[in-house]
Formats: sequence, structure tokens, C-alpha cells
Amino acid sequence: MSDDLQTLIDSLPDLGGAVLVTLEMTVGGAALAMIVALVLGFGARTRSLWVRGPSRVVIEFFRGTSLVVQIFWLFYVLPQFGFKMEALAVAIVALGLNYGAYGAEVVRGSIASVPTSQWEAATALNLGWAHKVRRVVFPQAWALMLPQLANLLIQLLKGSALAFYITLHDVYWWTDELQRDTRDTFFSFGIGLIIYFVIAYILTWGMNWLEERAKRRLGRGTRPRLRDVLGLKPGVPSEVARVKGGVA
Amino acid sequence: MTSTTAGDVPAIEFKDVVKRFGDNVVLDELNFKVAKGDRVTLIGPSGSGKTTILRLLMTLEELSGGLILIDGDPYTHEYRGDKWVEIPEKRRRVVRNRVGMVFQQFNLFPNMTVLQNIIEAPVHVLGKSKAEATARAEELLEQVGMTEKRDFATNQLSGGQQQRVAIARALAMDPEILLLDEVTSALDPEIVADVLEVLRNIAETTDITMLLVTHEMAFARDVSNRVLMFDHGQIVEEADPETMFTNPSHERTKEFLKAVLG
Repeated sequence: MSDDLQTLIDSLPDLGGAVLVTLEMTVGGAALAMIVALVLGFGARTRSLWVRGPSRVVIEFFRGTSLVVQIFWLFYVLPQFGFKMEALAVAIVALGLNYGAYGAEVVRGSIASVPTSQWEAATALNLGWAHKVRRVVFPQAWALMLPQLANLLIQLLKGSALAFYITLHDVYWWTDELQRDTRDTFFSFGIGLIIYFVIAYILTWGMNWLEERAKRRLGRGTRPRLRDVLGLKPGVPSEVARVKGGVA
Repeated sequence: MTSTTAGDVPAIEFKDVVKRFGDNVVLDELNFKVAKGDRVTLIGPSGSGKTTILRLLMTLEELSGGLILIDGDPYTHEYRGDKWVEIPEKRRRVVRNRVGMVFQQFNLFPNMTVLQNIIEAPVHVLGKSKAEATARAEELLEQVGMTEKRDFATNQLSGGQQQRVAIARALAMDPEILLLDEVTSALDPEIVADVLEVLRNIAETTDITMLLVTHEMAFARDVSNRVLMFDHGQIVEEADPETMFTNPSHERTKEFLKAVLG
């Protein structure tokens, strides 16, 4: 065990870079996924079949195919057509498309959950479509979609471990190196679990904070307290505040 | 079927208006006019098409046939030659600016404060400055007795308060035509009077054309100068409120009023 610890300490300098690569994939992938989710999510609920049809096809395709195969395709097959990307770019694009397709369903569902009467009230005030979406519907849908987006973000983080297969030196690569050096699978993969868990935990805090803020903007819940955010119980503080506050 | 004097352009005109939901014909070649400044109450059993008329006027439903004219201008559809065509959204918006609506369920935006609800459209649709829109909003809030709630979140308000804000929000757009769709139906009986008082005040101090669907017959009698009795998507009787409520001529109206007034 003490040898394990020494090996761990020796490999720590590489950990920073590895975490950075994982975070780059996660943040980059999530940003792209959000854009994809918004475009496809709105596309999937337009009346025009020319927009809705392709949106649905793209959503189903990227949800229905394996992330590993998508990554391999982008990395090994696409260059055969003269289109070569850096490994990091491949990972971000694959994660963005794959999780964006899942996110599109979240966006579509949340937009659909905003009562029709809100659209109608906006029409009665003669607001244009983009204005209705941006100022009335989206802020309400945003609060509904955040818990599900938080789930997807954590899954995306974990999905990024697949980038190890296309030569990226991410957290999973670092864990695997540790395993080779120590020849102790329990120890090295145990450390790997902990590192992913810590990153996921921090991301969850961030998403909880966003969710509390979104709810507060809808007049529900109170200013997020650190305890609520760290408590990892999304929804609970606001619900309590809503019941306590009651309707005047 | 009109109180319009010859030569005046009516504020609202329905020409052979048809509205179908699937196979269900709600309005069947309906014709009527509303003169500027008229206060018209639509009464009739549920499903008779009253609310549909308001929703068509707010473009919340699409016409199945016929025309709606606002100040003589085609609104959602027009004839090009013999062809009945939709008017694009851009042109609809010009006409829609003249129409405002208050809903049964208030429909305030929960992500905005009371003030923000009221100034959103004046600033972004009418292009008023924020200061100008705020000044007007404060005036309206005073008129509906909600001055102190200016910066409240909408869900901190009672139903009656929300409805008064919704009325202020609609008036902030300076509509020529105000549609009131069962605006007291969702309220507790003891607050209904407050909201009706606000509306009565608006009716007395403005010349806005009003079209209201209500079950408050006393209010209808008080505020409106015409009452239209609907049944099966057609007007079965039209009269001034006094005549309609005390001496209706049509058998269907007598039945309906007996059921409603007891």
C-alpha cells in the first residue's frame, strides 16, 4: 500500500492536466450539447414538417447510436473523407451531438410544459414569436429543464471517459496509467471513482445553484443558501418556501 | 343587426364567420357589427360560441371561413379575387395592436414582477421609453388600486389582485377594443365586486369598445349598451340590456335567463 501511495504521489503532476482535459471535454461538450438541444428541441415542435422532420431524425439518430461508435466514426472514418479533427475536438463534437440529442427532448418537453395560456397572454400583448420565447416561455421552461439537464451533464462527464480510446490523456487515462504502475486495480480504480465523483459533485452544486436561481426568478423559493445547494436536494428548499409563503 | 349609423366604420365586423373544431361547427356564417365605443355583452349557454368569438378576435384561434374586419381593415384573412387567403403575421400584428384581452385565469407572467408585466409590451411592442411606460403603468396601477404591489411577484397576489394587474396590463397597450373573457369566473365571490368596480370605472372614463363574455348579469346590465344572446353559433336575439333582461322576446333567451337568473 505504501508503494501504491508513493506511485500515486509521483503521478500527481499528471493529474492536473488529466482533470483539465476531462473538464475541457465536459464543458465544451455541454456547451455544444446545449446549442444542439435548443436548436433540435425547438425544431422538433415547429409546425413545419420541413423543420420538424429533420430535427426528429437527427435526435433519434444520435440517441439511437452508441457514443463509442460515434467517437470512432468521427476519429477514424471521417478522415477518410478528408475531414480530420483533433482528438479533443472529436470528443467535444461527439459528446455535444449525443447529449444534445437527449437534451433536445428535455428542451422540447419543458417548453411544452409551459401552459398554452402563457403563449396566449403574450399573443394578446402582441409580442413577436422570438420575444415570447425569450422573455416569457423560456424563463419558465428553464426552471423545469434544469434538473434533467443536471442529470445529463453528469452523464456527459462520465461519458467523456471514452475519449481515452482516441488517445486523449484524461482522468480515465491517468487512472489507467496508475493501474499499470501500481498493478493494483482496487487502489487505482478506487482513486478513479473518487476523482470522477468529486468533479460530478461540484457540477451538481453548480446546477443546483442555477436551479434555485431560476425558481427564485419565477417568484418561487428563496435566495439559494449554501446549505441548500450543498445539500444536493434540488427542489426541496423552494417547495418548502412556496408552501410556507402560500398565496396571499 | 347593428347599432352603427350609416357611414361609420364599425370597430368590429364579422362577415359570414365560420369556425369549426374538427367536425364540430361552433360558428356558422355569423354576421355582426360592433360600433366604436359600444359595450357589448355576449350571453348564451356554454358551447354557444361566445368565447370563440373573443379568441378569434385575439387571433388565438384560426378562422375556418369568412372575414373579421377591425376598423374596416381585414385582420386575419382576406379575399384576393375569389381566393380566401391568410394574412401574414407581420400585417396581423399591426391590427392586433388595437385589440387587448383579459383572461379568466389572469395569465400574468410569473417570471416578471407586477410592473414588468405591465411595461413589457408597451416598451417592446409600442416602442415606448421605459420611463414613459413606467409612468403610465403607475397611473394604471393606481386606477386599479394596486399601487403598493408594484414590485411584487405575481404569485404573491390573490386572484382578484392578479386580475386587476391583468386589466392594467391590457390597458397599458391603449387598445381600442378590450375583450373580457369571463374575467370574474375564477374569483372568490367576495372579490368579484372589486374587479367589477374597476371595470365599471374604466367603462365610465374611457371610450374603449368592449366585448364581454360574463355570467354576471347585473354587471352586464350595468356596463353594456347591447346584449347579444347566442345559441349554436348564431345570434338568436339582440337588445339593449334593459329589454333583454326584463322582456326578452325569443323563447330560447327566456329559457336561458330563467336558468341563469333563477
